[in-house]
Amino acid sequence: MKINQLSIFLENQKGRLWEALNTIATGKINIRALSLADTSEFGILRIVVNDPEKGKKLLEEKQFIVKITPIVGVELSDTPGGLSSVLKILTDNNINLEYLYAFTHEKTEKAILLLQAKDLDLLIKILKKHEIAIVPPEEVYNL
Amino acid sequence: MIWNKKIECASREEIKELQLVKLQKTIKNVFDNVPYYSKKYTEYEIYPEDIETLKDIEKLPFTTKDDLRESYPFGMFAVDRKKIIEVHSSSGTTGKPVVSGYTSKDIENWGEVIARGLTMMGADDEDIIQNTHGYGLFTGGFGVHYGSHKIGATIIPISTGQSRRQIEIMKDFGTSIMIFTPSYGMYLAELAEEENVDFNNLNLKAIGFGAEIWTDEMRKSIEKRFKAPAYNIYGLTELMGPGVAVECKIQEGLHLQEDFFYPEIIDSESGNTLNEGTEGELVLTNLEREGMPLIRFRTKDITTISYAECECGRNTARIERITGRSDDMIKVKGVAVFPSQIEKALLKIDNIEPHYQIIVTRPHLMDEIEVKVEASQNLFSDDVKEMINIKQKIEDYIFNEIGLRVKVSLVSPKSIPRSEGKAVRVIDKRNLH
Repeated sequence: MKINQLSIFLENQKGRLWEALNTIATGKINIRALSLADTSEFGILRIVVNDPEKGKKLLEEKQFIVKITPIVGVELSDTPGGLSSVLKILTDNNINLEYLYAFTHEKTEKAILLLQAKDLDLLIKILKKHEIAIVPPEEVYNL
Repeated sequence: MIWNKKIECASREEIKELQLVKLQKTIKNVFDNVPYYSKKYTEYEIYPEDIETLKDIEKLPFTTKDDLRESYPFGMFAVDRKKIIEVHSSSGTTGKPVVSGYTSKDIENWGEVIARGLTMMGADDEDIIQNTHGYGLFTGGFGVHYGSHKIGATIIPISTGQSRRQIEIMKDFGTSIMIFTPSYGMYLAELAEEENVDFNNLNLKAIGFGAEIWTDEMRKSIEKRFKAPAYNIYGLTELMGPGVAVECKIQEGLHLQEDFFYPEIIDSESGNTLNEGTEGELVLTNLEREGMPLIRFRTKDITTISYAECECGRNTARIERITGRSDDMIKVKGVAVFPSQIEKALLKIDNIEPHYQIIVTRPHLMDEIEVKVEASQNLFSDDVKEMINIKQKIEDYIFNEIGLRVKVSLVSPKSIPRSEGKAVRVIDKRNLH
């Protein structure tokens, strides 16, 4: 049910983002989705890849700090109002999101929304209750 | 065990009597044989016969590192150069380095001093000592070496570096005593952990560490990681090298070898002698040195002294852990800051490694301090808020320690250069000179 996202600590220094992405690329790992949280001091790179374990290992060999963070992916129809309808449900149920990012699935033309909340299990429960399609992790890894 | 009971356990009266005899002899010697001292004492109108009590030493002017630099290289020798069988030199971070010369008797005495120190840590002829101090002009390597020979231990003169080999040798040779600088020790511990070395299966029984400023927290961290008690060894090239003072098993101050060195604590600014228990700069006088006796040498090291009896049975004076150096001190916004204070703050926080660097800048007339701290797996969180909280927590801890706000930057692990000698903790970019 949960997608294993890689969270990577990036020191605020020229070339660090490139180094991280290059490590992933040379390891023949595909990035499905990416988001970058940055502050003036440091950044956190969040990526969903086809092989999270291998990605973590390769990055750690290059002295990156990496954590595997579970998140949830939901499917939206790629039409106006798709995202806001999901957010409305979450707001109505008092779920605070930590962050979200989205990408579109080329083959199906559907949008996939990746969500993080303090209580991930509660989030899943609410989504299910409202019959929002949760994307199985394998489907995201093997896009 | 006590290596030299007669001296180390002598009564305070006996020690003072012995010191006075040696002091008078030394002053006469330098006045007669070292042009620097005869010129200076003549200028001050003080002569060897004016030294009637130990207290009279206070009439004599200090010797500073600058004086030694001016006499570079051999100007402070009290004997013909032919009689000098070895020289060492301190790392010259500013200006010319300082040279220290030893006669054959001096080398013998150096061994004696270190032998006393190693014995304090519980070492004897059964031990295998792995000496990671550099062998070369630095006094650390050879000093420990001579002392180890004296007590008959087996010494591994491995020197600094070849860090993976160090760990292999520790395991294969069954090292029972490690000698290192605190920062190099921490580096070795990290490496050993990477290689999954189980310290419980090693033969380590004690650690002797020195040549850098340290904190109690750092000692505890070393002891925890190596699973052995760690004892501080203090010394300085100018006076001899390591061994001037060493901690005994009680770990409440370092016993100073008072038949070789006469200690005073002074106020750095006024030069006035301070009482027992008051913090100030340590000033040392060689009481038994042929090659290069120094009188009232200003060490720049900040400490206190105690003459109280020690539980270990020794009566020699004890100095406290050196809390800073009057010249390592950085003055930021008019406040004196010692790198050791920042280290102390960092060691209070879980999941923080004491690898740090202090960068002082003056971007717009005002001083700013940035402290770079290495982030670790355990400290990292996917949550930005939490990361900012950690950063602020570190800043608060440092504020509590030094009274100034600093900017903490979390940097990648292993990105701060590891030292193989003395760590470079402070980078001052202010161009104040």
